Amino acid sequence: MMILSGDPPRSRVLTLVLVVIILALAATPFLFPGAKALNVAAKICIFAALVASYDLLLGYTGSVSFAHTMFYGIGSYAIAIALYGMGPNWAAVATGIVAGLPLAALLALAIGLFSLRVAAIFFAMITLAVASAFQVLASQLSWLTGGEDGRSFQLPELLRPGTVLISKNLFGFEINGRILTFYLVFAISALMILALLRVVNSPFGRVLQAIRENRFRAEALGFRTVFHLTYANCLAALVAASAGILNALWLRYAGPDTSLSFSIMLDILLMVVIGGMGTIYGAIIGATIFILAQNYLQSLMGVASKAADEAGLPLLPGLLHPDRWLLWLGLLFIASVYFFPTGVVGRLRHGGGKKTAGPGH
Amino acid sequence: MTDLAATDPLPKPKRDLAPILLPLALALLMIPLIGSTSSWLTLTVASLAMGMMIFIMASGLTLVFGLMDVLNFGHGAFIAVGAYVATLVLAPFAASIQADSLWMNLAVLGPAALLSMAVSGALGLVVERVLILPVYGQHLKQILMTTGGLIVAEQTLYALWGPQIIPMPLPASLRGSFIIGDVAIAKYRVLAMLIGLSVFIAIQLVLNRTKLGLLIRAGVENREMVEALGYRIRRLFLGVFMTGSALAGLGGVMWALYREQVHASMSDDLTVLIFIVVIIGGLGSIGGCFIGAILVAMVANYGGFLVPKLALVSNILLMVAILMWRPRGLYAVTSR
Repeated sequence: MMILSGDPPRSRVLTLVLVVIILALAATPFLFPGAKALNVAAKICIFAALVASYDLLLGYTGSVSFAHTMFYGIGSYAIAIALYGMGPNWAAVATGIVAGLPLAALLALAIGLFSLRVAAIFFAMITLAVASAFQVLASQLSWLTGGEDGRSFQLPELLRPGTVLISKNLFGFEINGRILTFYLVFAISALMILALLRVVNSPFGRVLQAIRENRFRAEALGFRTVFHLTYANCLAALVAASAGILNALWLRYAGPDTSLSFSIMLDILLMVVIGGMGTIYGAIIGATIFILAQNYLQSLMGVASKAADEAGLPLLPGLLHPDRWLLWLGLLFIASVYFFPTGVVGRLRHGGGKKTAGPGH
Repeated sequence: MTDLAATDPLPKPKRDLAPILLPLALALLMIPLIGSTSSWLTLTVASLAMGMMIFIMASGLTLVFGLMDVLNFGHGAFIAVGAYVATLVLAPFAASIQADSLWMNLAVLGPAALLSMAVSGALGLVVERVLILPVYGQHLKQILMTTGGLIVAEQTLYALWGPQIIPMPLPASLRGSFIIGDVAIAKYRVLAMLIGLSVFIAIQLVLNRTKLGLLIRAGVENREMVEALGYRIRRLFLGVFMTGSALAGLGGVMWALYREQVHASMSDDLTVLIFIVVIIGGLGSIGGCFIGAILVAMVANYGGFLVPKLALVSNILLMVAILMWRPRGLYAVTSR
């Protein structure tokens, strides 16, 4: 239990689901052949860490930030620009990390300090405004960021798909640079999630929860809420930027659509709420459900849309079109805020029907 | 305390003029910077017109927050819905839109705008009942709910109208400009300014001269007290929410005509602008919202002319500057 920081899933079904997800992710290169499965698995790992870091803000401090993709994007772009400019070597990777992480933390600090000046209610709006300005900036500074096209780059020799580390052995599997990259993504994401679990179960995390429940009372108890909130912001930004770095390394590309767009922010929000706010485990569940749906449900919807079209039904083909899958997720989102605000994890922990006090205020 | 005789008039509240002077000072400051008077005038008219349109869209949001503490992140949806509904009327009557007669054009535009307002107002009713009523007083859930509503609304628009950009040409009589000397003033901007100004005056009259307005202002200042006096503030709030949604729809039509196109994601950029306006103005304050909208538009127009690169972040800089000066916006009317 040490590794889980004394915060086990606390539900047999949840434990089982988590174990299945993690084992499936770990064994993806061997269980599910093909590039798509590996891509989906890597994306689930990256988003689980990203969503967990957002959960630290949303679920544990109760503050809604719309700037989380900005930090994610900073990580992605930092590594992409470094590798693009300096060529595929490890020094460039290090430069990207050394430049990206502090930049994200500093920006989080600046936003945190600035929004202290204004009413707490403004926080969501201010982060939204800053994030949208950053997005415009990134697409305009095309000499640096490649504009709308983004930056493609090459990875260091060791991580390239062409690099064969262990040639086909008697099991018939080949370990190449791509699979090594996958395990790098998997391991770092897992470490970050465990670290976040450690953070939220530390005395610091308890203060965050106290602030969420009643900021005034937490302050009256003598906690410097300002310090705690800003610190949590910076931590979340650091993890988000690291997830961004992993994302860019995996895709060998950073661009506005894959790392900065507002729709990613909405995706993160959906994942947190569906998985369960304030649980960290919810991030893993939410990311898995969402990304599986994103990648496989869409083709299912395409089939349904075609069938409806052939049956001559009005409106339904349009509503079922694969591009409209966000519509259904939006409805699911509203329904989950309505009916189970604690998400899948809260539902599993406390069984059906029984209402629990979620982080609502 | 000073003694007041019964015949003395009640002491008037202090007028806070500094925010009003701000856009004036900004405009005057720009004359020497821009250099030519004619381009200054064109830019100023452009910013006033843009500001009025933004004001129309933002006014509902600020009142909704001020009155009920409700943060509506889906406000932008009403803008897009308004614009799309207007195309329903404008497309079949394309011929009378292209006719070069002001009255014929207005005879189509007017009903189109009214229909947009009716539809987005009705949508406001549904949104308030379905999405906002269950989560009163819970900011986090409000943001989540209304963001979900925004996704659903945007996607439904895509499903119904398709993802392409729909052109929305200006009526023939509103194209072109009035030329006064060497100053060109686009006709549509004059119309936008007139509509914006009348909406502002109408809101101010209702708020300051009617009992309804008195209740709304009282509710913004102290909701519990108004409730304690026996008024159903929820019903009042529903009315304000629907009016705000309808105004957002009207703003959507005007913005679509201004840009001459309609797209479901048009609300995304506008939502950010509107939030900045509402924050700058002070949540709940119509006057602040008006000044904020004009300031944002001025910074966008002057900034775009003088330092185009800066235009990207100028709104953020403006917001930072204003909040450094007045942390709760230009006019802090709520006690929160």
